[in-house]
Amino acid sequence: MIMIFGIPGPLLFGQLLLGLINGAFYAMLSLGLAVIFGMLNIINFAHGALFMMGAFASWMLLDYAGIGYFPALILAPLLVGAFGILLEKTIISRLYKLDHLYGLLLTFGLSLVIEGLFRNAYGSSGLPYRIPAILQGAMNLGFMYMPIYRGWVVLAAVVICFSTWAIIEKTTLGATLRAATENAPLVQAFGVNVPRLITLTYGGGVALAAFAGVLAAPIYSVNPNMGTNFINTVFAVVVIGGMGSILGSIVTGFALGVVEGLCKVFYPQASATVVFVVMVIVLLTRPRGLFGKAA
Amino acid sequence: MFGFSRAQTIAFGVMLVLIVVSPYVLYPVFLMRVLCAALFACAFNLMIGYVGLLSFGHAAFFGMGSYVAAWTMKVWHVDASIAILFGAMTGAFLGFFLGYLAIRRSGIYFAMITLALAQMVYFFCLEAPFTGGEDGIQQVPRGFMFGVIDLSNDMTMYWVVASVFVAGFLLVHRIIHSPFGQILKGIRENEPRATSLGYRTDDYKLIAFVLSCMIAGAAGGTKALVFGIATLTDVHYSTSGEVVLVTLLGGLGTVFGPAMGALVVTSMENYLAQFGAWVTVTQGVIFMICVLAFRRGIIGEIGAFFKISL
Repeated sequence: MIMIFGIPGPLLFGQLLLGLINGAFYAMLSLGLAVIFGMLNIINFAHGALFMMGAFASWMLLDYAGIGYFPALILAPLLVGAFGILLEKTIISRLYKLDHLYGLLLTFGLSLVIEGLFRNAYGSSGLPYRIPAILQGAMNLGFMYMPIYRGWVVLAAVVICFSTWAIIEKTTLGATLRAATENAPLVQAFGVNVPRLITLTYGGGVALAAFAGVLAAPIYSVNPNMGTNFINTVFAVVVIGGMGSILGSIVTGFALGVVEGLCKVFYPQASATVVFVVMVIVLLTRPRGLFGKAA
Repeated sequence: MFGFSRAQTIAFGVMLVLIVVSPYVLYPVFLMRVLCAALFACAFNLMIGYVGLLSFGHAAFFGMGSYVAAWTMKVWHVDASIAILFGAMTGAFLGFFLGYLAIRRSGIYFAMITLALAQMVYFFCLEAPFTGGEDGIQQVPRGFMFGVIDLSNDMTMYWVVASVFVAGFLLVHRIIHSPFGQILKGIRENEPRATSLGYRTDDYKLIAFVLSCMIAGAAGGTKALVFGIATLTDVHYSTSGEVVLVTLLGGLGTVFGPAMGALVVTSMENYLAQFGAWVTVTQGVIFMICVLAFRRGIIGEIGAFFKISL
């Protein structure tokens, strides 16, 4: 058996993989938060609840309609994204002229309502969601056994994160989006329908959260609190990375997941707090965040 | 002497009369819960209403105050007044360190940083041996106040809690109406200008934060004494959310808003407790209604109707 720093190799790599998976969720969620914040100037506190809705949507699709994992991976984000668009149109759009803090308070209230309703309907014990047959089992990588589903989650997250990055940084739509983030009235003067762009951005960010939720469904049990457990850490990730850069959110998310995984191996007592400790260090040395722009 | 206007003096008188009369009409333990929540909300209101910083982590100070007061009562058998004092000092001490980090950013980042730091405190409380983990510190004796007043009687306890609340309420009001409070308001309105006038705005914000956390710690300590228990719920982020709700519903930046909000929210929780998660749903709905249509809060709307500042 390989030993690294006195730790058995398989244990170290196993925790690293778990860290990478958590990091994948941090990356997808903080990416969505950053995109929404850039466009709407709102911190979407309901992001965790919408992530949870994504997981529930995939469970419902399977349980009520018999629709399997792979179609759900596309359908659930579409459904929850449509719900997000409805929210933006009816409620959130009323707040753009107010202090940003009201957006935080509103979406916090929204997350309480969504989670409360799901807890009433499904209890808080959690529902099982089976890993699809094709992704079951483990693969021998030589130095460790990797459960195929976990590898798939990391791969899917990397692909979706970089596609989002590419859409925003490399396409015409992304260029319009970035321009509207910088100066909305000017972009509107060029004939772009900025309110619709804002609605689509919110829907896109929400769909991203729901996609993460579907990926999470087979790993964590599907329960109403699954989003809240993540989102508090994701806020720390956002503070560490700063919300200025898309690539920054992705890198910070993955990196912090790995740090957390390593901490579980070397000093398990601190693994729940290590992200917050990193945040404290970043605040002391670089208050704007690692990738933040000077405001 | 406390800078009350005429209308505020009348309102303060009404509040005092209600505090004195209500234990003969309503259940004192329920009223004590309202008063603790009200004191906590007054502390929170000091930050959001007068410094303009939304702390989403005030449960950390409330909860640690509660833990330390409960622990000193149970293990050291100190006087009740000392236990509450320990709670307040814990809040202030923790507030100094967390505030030092959080005031480096403002606005939305301040809210996220305080939330994250409070989450760190929560995980600390979950792991630390002295908090009793999931069980919390239970069966804390109420003991004696100043060595002579026996607190085991609910009515006696009520008068002590009421005194703590009124003292805290007046302290907050005095802070706001001091020259220091005027500078805080100046910073809230226009920070660069306050800086250009030579004020070290970060120091002022930090002092305000520490004072707010101190009062929150005292509220937590008093709560631990009343119910004889300190648990993880007190440091959980839902408690932070609740104090935001209480203050928002009562009226951000109003003098009497936090007390009014505490009365309404605590009553609601009391009556809805049997319906499980509907409490959460109702809280969320109130949040949304307040933000969308009712941003001045109950007291703010009453004040606006009579064109007075309450």
